[in-house]
Amino acid sequence: MSAASEGIQCAYIEDLDEVWARPSTLIETTMHYCPGCGHSVVHRLIMEVIRELNIQEIAIGVAPVGCAVFAYHYMDIDMQEAAHGRATAVATGIKRMLPDRMVFTYQGDGDLAAIGTAETIHTINRGENIVMVFINNGIYGMTGGQMAPTTLEGSITSTTPSGRDLAMHGHPLKITEMIAMLPGAYYVTRQAVNTAKAVRKTKRALMNAFKYQMEGKGGTSFIEVVSNCPSGWKMTPIESNQWLENHIFKNFELGDIKTPPKE
Amino acid sequence: MAKTRGHISIDIDECKGCELCTVECPQDGMAMSTELNRKGYHYALLVEDVCTGCTNCALVCPEAVITVYRENKANKTKEKVAVITDVRDNITVTVS
Repeated sequence: MSAASEGIQCAYIEDLDEVWARPSTLIETTMHYCPGCGHSVVHRLIMEVIRELNIQEIAIGVAPVGCAVFAYHYMDIDMQEAAHGRATAVATGIKRMLPDRMVFTYQGDGDLAAIGTAETIHTINRGENIVMVFINNGIYGMTGGQMAPTTLEGSITSTTPSGRDLAMHGHPLKITEMIAMLPGAYYVTRQAVNTAKAVRKTKRALMNAFKYQMEGKGGTSFIEVVSNCPSGWKMTPIESNQWLENHIFKNFELGDIKTPPKE
Repeated sequence: MAKTRGHISIDIDECKGCELCTVECPQDGMAMSTELNRKGYHYALLVEDVCTGCTNCALVCPEAVITVYRENKANKTKEKVAVITDVRDNITVTVS
């Protein structure tokens, strides 16, 4: 029995319209992410937005250090790798030298909220006209599941084997709420990619953020995507998505935190 | 029976078997295979002919291996009729 013969075959597939396919801006290769990882979905969403806005030629992405360090292998646009935490500083330089380019950074919580906190806050405080995409999975995934600043209280990681203790390790850092207070922040939102509905909303948020940059309204667009880490959390992808809904979203509420003023 | 007919095709060798699409399918038409693909994962399959082409499975698929097809309502109204070509040239008459 051949592998493909298990599923339903469609004899009239040529009569149907193709309504969804892999975006052409995403390079045809296998991503290195673990099964069920939210990083892959966000990569794809950014590439869908870039294709739909037709800015593939003028988009420049800045890749972080962390699980998404190979983002430049998957996105068919100009990319620049930055030192750990410094993606926003590099993006500032690119945007100031090439103001007609669409510049975005893609960072995880260890990159943006830990080592890069200073760069993050000052980039937004200066109101650089860039898009920042922040993947928050509450763990250092690449290095083996250590505690991140965004790890929730009581979460067991390899460096907090008895759970995160607030007296010992401090409180989970809500950096998105922090930066929303800065006057340079133009659009700040927190989204997720655990369900199809959440994916549609995240894509809309990314689309808005890139449009604000194209319009050059001034200010930084910041999109936090609360994601899962099945390997780091020691769960199956389905369990990790349930964990997101039952625990993480109670601490990191989804929705827009700062929206542009209505004209 | 679904109102709008759809279908998906899955690049099974690129599937990593995360099973997120099987949970997300509103028609419960997807399941994991019993066989392994070349990566060693049980891959996702459409096992029930109930697809409406809603694209939910493709949206949550981290590997973007699912392509979704949907019936176009504009095409549906066109009735297919047999086309008879001019056969007179091909008729040969032999008189004996």
